[in-house]
Amino acid sequence: MATLTHQESATAEQLVVTDGARKIFYTIIGAGILILVLGILASIMGWGAEHPATASHVGAAAGVESAGAPHEAGSAIWVKRLLISLWHSNLFFLGISAVGTVFMAINYVAYAGWSVMVKRIAEAFSAWILPGAVIMLVVFLVGRHDIFHWTHDGIMTKGSANYDPIVAGKKGFLTVPFYLIRMVSYLVIWWAFSWKLRKLSLQEDLNGGTQYFHTSVTTAALFLVLYAVTSSMSAWDWVMSVDVHWFSTMFGWYVFASWWVSGIAGITLTAIFLKQNGYLRFLNANHLHDLGKLIFGFSIFWTYVWFAQFMLIWYANLPEEAVYFNQRLGGFNGQYTGIFFFNLVINFVFPFLGLMTRDAKRQMIILKIVCIAVLVGHWSDFYLMIMPGTMKGESGFLIEIGVAAIFLGSFLLLLTRRLSEASLVPVNHPFIDESVHHTT
Amino acid sequence: MTKRFALGVFEDEDVLLHAIDNLRGAGVKIYDVFSPYPVHGIDDALGIQRSRLPIAAFFYGMCGLAFALWLQIYTLGFDWPMIIGGKPHIALPAFIPVAFELTVFFTCHGMVITFYAITGLYPRFKTSVMDVRSTDDKFVMAIELDETSSALPKLTQLLRENGASEVNQKEMTKK
Repeated sequence: MATLTHQESATAEQLVVTDGARKIFYTIIGAGILILVLGILASIMGWGAEHPATASHVGAAAGVESAGAPHEAGSAIWVKRLLISLWHSNLFFLGISAVGTVFMAINYVAYAGWSVMVKRIAEAFSAWILPGAVIMLVVFLVGRHDIFHWTHDGIMTKGSANYDPIVAGKKGFLTVPFYLIRMVSYLVIWWAFSWKLRKLSLQEDLNGGTQYFHTSVTTAALFLVLYAVTSSMSAWDWVMSVDVHWFSTMFGWYVFASWWVSGIAGITLTAIFLKQNGYLRFLNANHLHDLGKLIFGFSIFWTYVWFAQFMLIWYANLPEEAVYFNQRLGGFNGQYTGIFFFNLVINFVFPFLGLMTRDAKRQMIILKIVCIAVLVGHWSDFYLMIMPGTMKGESGFLIEIGVAAIFLGSFLLLLTRRLSEASLVPVNHPFIDESVHHTT
Repeated sequence: MTKRFALGVFEDEDVLLHAIDNLRGAGVKIYDVFSPYPVHGIDDALGIQRSRLPIAAFFYGMCGLAFALWLQIYTLGFDWPMIIGGKPHIALPAFIPVAFELTVFFTCHGMVITFYAITGLYPRFKTSVMDVRSTDDKFVMAIELDETSSALPKLTQLLRENGASEVNQKEMTKK
């Protein structure tokens, strides 16, 4: 407000995705494919494999269920790893994508003005929901036996060789048809509300007036209620049920916190890249400061939830609960111990100390580094949630990173395409002037 | 000691902010501005430096953290070791909640005390109100004058031009 001397107002800005930018995205996808192929080769040839178990798995034909063998039945290691890393990276990107809409919805419901400048970025994030949903359904239908132990035949039938009374106790919830119904309804809810909010926002651009804003507030409020339930339940279904014997009442919040902070980091990173390429004329250090505060705060929130889950399990030390951390801390010959501590450092210590001062939050370079670290950190957080329960001691990094890079490149292609479809600044948003003159 | 002030009374915060910019641009040294509520951006407009309180806060926090860790490690690990729930005597995860709380406790109390000490807000503190209306709906800008008040006519004109609804003179006696 101190700089009220200029009374400029925001004008429409059109993003042009250059061929150079597109080339970078295709390069990321290409590099991902290369790493993926290398990883698959390494897995088949058994390069760097220390455990003799690999040899027997390589012998099994790809994609064929070795029927009869109870627990370790499944596809070849590389097929398993490919399916599970598809599930893992898709979960991460789908969650971030939905967080774009959640961020927008919260700002609508709060009547927040400052965030209007980055609203179109949050809108564009939801471009991934539809492809992500399709990938998720396909991976589930094709590879559910490799990802979810509870889908194995006979595991819930008494008298079967596979019978597991604990899993059978979850029969009412974990059945394939009910699971599919739930999965489709979460995805449809997320997609439909993103589509509706996007449509209202585009109509507002064309026609102006406040009625679109008011409709958006109502829509956003309804979406937030539904998202609160679906995000938590999707965390049980998609992430927690890979460790089917285990449960944690904190898990919904834990997964949400991970998605949410990485979503905000993604929005901030996109805003910085656009600003550095000469777009978003009115985005300034004040907007970045607020986004930085959110990343700082929600990194602490994630740690709080993480610790609340960890400490209760550590303290009570009940075998059925503690197994989760046994596997991650020292289990499988200590395979996950390093990433367990890396996860805490990069997701808590680094953003906490890096973004503590005011200047750090207002400088693009530091914010950029922290955003990238948070995104990498939460990808590895999902790695840690999914891999020990599914791959046991046979997980690695090449295939997983390759898949993640393919996802990243495709995500960026869709994101920039959606960004270029409309003005980067919602010029007819009722709070646009508040955002232009925002100070912290 | 008696000090003389010219008081420009403003009705609107935007007008006030412009006036501050213009007066400082014209080389007038503003003593202080009194407003009924915190005005966004007024610190920057007045050229007030950012508070260094956050730096103090960081060190109070570190003291709290160190104290909490010392307290628990010393009492539970050395002075009177007890086995609780089969855990080691020095069981760090269990110490984190207390460490967190004491960090927050030291930080807030340290900050409040430091803030009161720096600003002189101790009990029985008497504040010098330039114009009582600045506690209601007016913004008052105070500019210190010299003994003879020679600058007053020029200042009055400048304040009027920049949207002051009235310009008064006030003498304050500080004991």
